[in-house]
Amino acid sequence: MDYSQFLNMGQELSLLAVIIILFVADLFMCTDRKDGKGVLNTPLPVILLTIHTLFGIMPLVCPCAEACMGDVCVFGGMYQSNIMTIILKTILNVGTIIVFLTAHQWLKRPEMANKQGEYYMLTLSTLLGMYFMVSAGHFLMFFIGLELASVPMTALIAYSKNSQESAEASAKYILTALFSSGLMLYGISLIYGTTGTLYFDQIADKISSCDLTQIAALVLFVGGIGFKISLVPFHLWTADAYQGAPTPVTSYLSVISKGAAAFVLFTVLYKVFAPVIDNANLIFFWIIIFSITIANIFAVRQNNLKRFMAFSAISQAGYLVLGVMGATPQGMTAIVYYLLVYMAANLGVFLIISATEQNSDKINISDYNGFYKTNPKLAFLMTLALFSLAGIPPFAGFFSKFFMFMAAFKAGFQLLVFIALVNTVISLYYYLLIVKAMYINPNDNPIAAFKSDGYTKLGLFICTAGVVLIGIISWFYTYIDQFSYGL
Amino acid sequence: MFSYTLFIILLPLVSFLILGIAGKWLSHKTAGWIGTLSLAAVAALSYYAAYEYFFVVGRDALTGAFERQVPFDFTWLPFFDQGLHFNMGILLDPISVMMLIVISTVSLMVHIYSFGYMKGERGFQRYYAFLSLFTMSMLGLVVATNIFQMYLFWELVGVSSYLLIGFYYTLPAAIAASKKAFIVTRFADLFFLIGILIYGFYTGSFGFVFDTPEGLQSYASAGFILPLALTLMFIGGAGKSAMFPLHIWLPDAMEGPTPVSALIHAATMVVAGVFQVARLFPLWVTYAQDWMPVIIWVGVFTAFYAAAVACAQSDIKRVLAFSTISQIAFMMVALGVCTELQTGHEHHGSVGYMASMFHLFTHAMFKACLFLGAGCIIHAVHSNEMAAMGGLRKYLPITHITFLISCLAISGIPFFSGFSSKDEIITACMSYSPAVGWIMTGIAAMTAFYMFRLYYGIFWGTENKELHAAHHPHETKIMTMPLIVLSIITVGVGVYTTLAGFGMFEGYSFGSLISADNIDYRIHFDMSVASCSTVIAIISIALATYIFKGEKQPVAEKMKAALPNLHRWAYKRFYMDEVYQFVTHKIIFARVSKPIAWFDRHVIDGFFNFLAWGTNAASNGIKGLQSGRVQQYAFVYLVGTILLILLLMLF
Repeated sequence: MDYSQFLNMGQELSLLAVIIILFVADLFMCTDRKDGKGVLNTPLPVILLTIHTLFGIMPLVCPCAEACMGDVCVFGGMYQSNIMTIILKTILNVGTIIVFLTAHQWLKRPEMANKQGEYYMLTLSTLLGMYFMVSAGHFLMFFIGLELASVPMTALIAYSKNSQESAEASAKYILTALFSSGLMLYGISLIYGTTGTLYFDQIADKISSCDLTQIAALVLFVGGIGFKISLVPFHLWTADAYQGAPTPVTSYLSVISKGAAAFVLFTVLYKVFAPVIDNANLIFFWIIIFSITIANIFAVRQNNLKRFMAFSAISQAGYLVLGVMGATPQGMTAIVYYLLVYMAANLGVFLIISATEQNSDKINISDYNGFYKTNPKLAFLMTLALFSLAGIPPFAGFFSKFFMFMAAFKAGFQLLVFIALVNTVISLYYYLLIVKAMYINPNDNPIAAFKSDGYTKLGLFICTAGVVLIGIISWFYTYIDQFSYGL
Repeated sequence: MFSYTLFIILLPLVSFLILGIAGKWLSHKTAGWIGTLSLAAVAALSYYAAYEYFFVVGRDALTGAFERQVPFDFTWLPFFDQGLHFNMGILLDPISVMMLIVISTVSLMVHIYSFGYMKGERGFQRYYAFLSLFTMSMLGLVVATNIFQMYLFWELVGVSSYLLIGFYYTLPAAIAASKKAFIVTRFADLFFLIGILIYGFYTGSFGFVFDTPEGLQSYASAGFILPLALTLMFIGGAGKSAMFPLHIWLPDAMEGPTPVSALIHAATMVVAGVFQVARLFPLWVTYAQDWMPVIIWVGVFTAFYAAAVACAQSDIKRVLAFSTISQIAFMMVALGVCTELQTGHEHHGSVGYMASMFHLFTHAMFKACLFLGAGCIIHAVHSNEMAAMGGLRKYLPITHITFLISCLAISGIPFFSGFSSKDEIITACMSYSPAVGWIMTGIAAMTAFYMFRLYYGIFWGTENKELHAAHHPHETKIMTMPLIVLSIITVGVGVYTTLAGFGMFEGYSFGSLISADNIDYRIHFDMSVASCSTVIAIISIALATYIFKGEKQPVAEKMKAALPNLHRWAYKRFYMDEVYQFVTHKIIFARVSKPIAWFDRHVIDGFFNFLAWGTNAASNGIKGLQSGRVQQYAFVYLVGTILLILLLMLF
C-alpha cells in the first residue's frame, strides 16, 4: 500500500491533528478543574481551527490551484476531493468557528468547566465525519462518515446532563438516526445486490429506472440524507432535538451538518443516480413542496424561539434542496452559495439567541417583546439576519434565493419555483413576527440590557459582514460558479 | 496606466462613509476639511488623468482618434445563458474625461464656498456627507462602462439630489420641493429603465455599442425597436435635464442650499441627460436618425419657454433656474441637429456634438459662478427677491464683477467663454435648418435680455435703502475665492477660444479634444453667424440697460401695465404647475389610482390575508403530526418512504 496517498487528504489530516492537540491539551493542561476555569477555553480551539482553515484554503490561493488540486482520487477512488469540496469544507470550518464563538459563554458556566474539552472534541469529530461524507467516493466510506457525524452529535445534544429536555432530545435523535441509518443501509445493500459494487464511479453505468429495486434504493438513500437535512417527512425529530439541545449545539446542527448533507445529496445524485435523475426530480418535487409548506405552517405557531428556528431550518432546507433539481452546475453553485449565506444569517440569529439565553434565561418569542428598547444593537443585528433569512434585498439572502430560483427555473421547474415564491411570503410573515416583537410589541418587563462578550461580538461581526456583503460582492458567486459541476 | 482613476470614485465614497457614520462626533471644521480635502485629491487626480489621457497617451497613431481606455471593467452580476451581464467599471474617453474635470472643479469650488455659506448651519457634517455622496455618484455616472452602471449611478445622483434639496427638512417648502424633484425625475427614469431593458433584451448587451456588433446590426434592420429604446432613454434624460414638460421640478429645487443649486442644479446633475444622449450618440446617429427631431423640438420649445419665463421672475434663483433649463435645451438641440458621426472639412453634420459638449463645459463654469454669486447676494441680504436688492455693486464689489463676467459669457459676448460655444451651437443649427438657427438666435437674444435684467435688478436699479441700512451687506473671502476662480476660467477659455476661432493662431481648440468621432476637428467661426449673434446680444443688453438700469424704471412699469396678462402668465410660468396639479390630482389620482387602490386593498391584500388565514388554519389542523412521540416519528418516516416508492412505481 502506498502510504503517501494519505498526503492527499490534507484537510482531514490537519483536522485530526487539531483534535489530537486539543485532546492532549485537555488531558494535561487542565490541572485544576474544580475552580470552574478550564484552561481549554475558546481561544485555543478557535485559533487552531483558524489555522486549520487557512491551511485548508492554501491550495485555493496558490497560483497553481487547478494543477495541484484539480481532482484528487485516492485509495482506489474511495476518497475524492476537488476544489469544490475544499470550498465546502472551508465554509463548514468557518461555520464551526462561529459556533465555537457562540459556545464561549455557555461553556464558561461553572457546571460546564470540567467538560469543556469534550465539547470541542465531539464537535470536531462530527466535522471530520462530514469531511469524509463530502469526499466519499464509495458508499461504505460515505456511511462511515455519516455515522461519525451522527453519533458524537447525539452526545452533544445530551450535553446538558442535568436537563431532562436535553436527554429526551438526544434519545429521540439517536432513535430516529438509527432508524434512518438502518433503512439507508438497507438501500445501500440493495444497490450492492443489483450492481455488485459500491464505488460511486462504477455504479452509475448499472443503474436504470426500470429496476424497481434500485428505485427503492434511491428513495431509501434520499430518506437517510433527508433525515440529516431534515426534509419532510423525515424531519419530525428536528423540532424536539433543536429545542432540547443546548443552543450552541442547535446552532451547529442547523447549519453545519445540514450543509454537508445537502452537498453530498447533490454529488451522489450526480455521480450515482444520474440515470434515474427524472425519478429523483419527481420525489424531490414533492419533498420540497411539503418541506417548505409544512415547515412554514408550523413555524407560524411557535413561541419557543429555538423550536421556531427548527421549522425555519426545515423550510430553508427545502429551498436548499431546490438546487438539487436536475443536478445542474448552476444548481451546485446555488447550493454552496445558499449555504454560505444561510450560515451567516442563521448563525447570527443563534449567536443572539444564545447570548440572550445565557444572560437572561429567556428563549420565548414573547420574551423578546420590547427587546429593541433595552438592547437596540442586538435587535438591529437580529433584524438584519432575519431579513436575510427571509430574502429581502439588498441582504445576501435575497441573492442566494434569487440564484437558487434561477437555477431551478432554468432546470425547468417553473411551478416549483412559483410555489417556493409563494412560501417566501409566508416565511416573511413569521420572520417579521420576531422583528415586530422586538420593535413594536409593548412589554413592561423586557429582557434587561446586557453586554455581550468579545467572542459574541466577533461572531456577530463576521455574520453581519456576511449578511451585508456576500450578496453585494458578486465575487463570491462567480468564484464558486467557476468550480461547479453537474449534469 | 489609469488604475489610479479608481480613487476618483473611491475617495468621495470614503469621505461620505466617514462623514455619514462618524459625522456626529466631528466638529464642523474637521468635517468640512475631510470633504474638501478628499475632493481636492479627486480634482488633482482628474486633472492628472485628463493630462495623461489627452497629452501622454494621446491619439492613436493609425486612426488619429483618442482611443477609449477601460482601466476597470469587472462583471458584477452575471446571467448565464444569454451572456447578459451587469458590469461595473471605469471608461475614459474624451467626454468622460471632460466631465471629470467639470464635476471635480465645480464640486471643489462648492466645497470651499460652503465653508462660508453653511457656516454654523445645523447638520453641517450631513451636508458635506451628502455632497460627497453626490460627487461620487456623478463621477460614477460619467465613467460608466455600460448603460446599466450609468442607470445605477443615475439613481444615486437622484437620491443625493433629493437629500440635498430637502436639506432644510424643517421647512415645508423644502420637503415639498425635494419630493417633487424625486418623483418627477423618478417618473422619467422609469422610461429610462424600460428603454434599457428593451435595449438589453434585443441587443444582448448593456454596453454602449460604439462599433456595430452583429447582434445590433440585425436589429437595426428590424426597424423601430432600437429608436424606441433610445427615445425612452431620452425621456429619462429629459427628466434629469429638466426638458419641457418634465422641467417642473427644477425651479422648486432651488429650495435647497444655494451651493447645492450651483453644483447639482446648474453645473452637473442636470446635464446628465445631455451627457446620456451624447454617450449614446453613435447609436442615435446610426440607427435613429429619423427620430432625432424629437430631441430638437423638445429642446427648442424648452429653450424658448424657459427663456420667456425667466424674463418675468422676481426670485433671482428662479431666474437662474429657468436660464439653466434654457441653456441645457441649447445643448440638447445641438445634439439633435447632428446628422453624421464623421468629422472633417467636408463633414459639417457633426459640429453640433462638439458644440454641445463645449457649451456644457463653459455653461457649467459660468452658471456655477452665477449661482455662487447669487448665494453671496442671498447671504448678504437674506432674501431671494429682487425687491430686497438693487444697488448692491457698492457692497459686494467682487461678486458684482464676477457676476457681470458670467452674464456677459452667457449672453454670448466675444472674449467670454459662452460666446464661442453658443456660436458653434447656432452654426450647427443653421447648417441643419435656417429656421432652427434663427429661432435659437432669437432665444439667445432673450437670454442676454433676461440676464441683464437680473444683473441690473441686483446691482443697479432701485436700491432698497431701508433694508441695507438695517443690515449692512458684505462678502467674505472664502466665498468670493471660488467666484474669482470660476470667472478666471470663463474669461481665460473665452479669450483663448475666441482668438483661436477667429483664426488668430493655430493651436488646440475645443474640437481638437472632443469631437463626435474623437478625431482632431478644428473649425473657425462662421463670420456671418458670429457677427450677427454678437450684434443681437449687444442690442438686447442695450435694451435691458435702457429699461432696468435707472433708479426709476418707467419703461418697465409701462410694459407691465401694457401687457398685464402676458406678464402674469410668464410670472406664473404659464401655469404649468397648475396643469400638473390638475392632471395628477383630478385625473390620475381620482380616475386611475383610486380603482387600483381598491384592487390592491381588496384583491391583493385579500389574497395575502387568505394566505395568512390558510396558514394558521392549516397549522391548527396538522399540529397533531408533531406529537413528540418518537414511535410516530418512525412511522411517518416509514410511510413517507413507502409513499415515495409508490409514487415512483406508479408514475
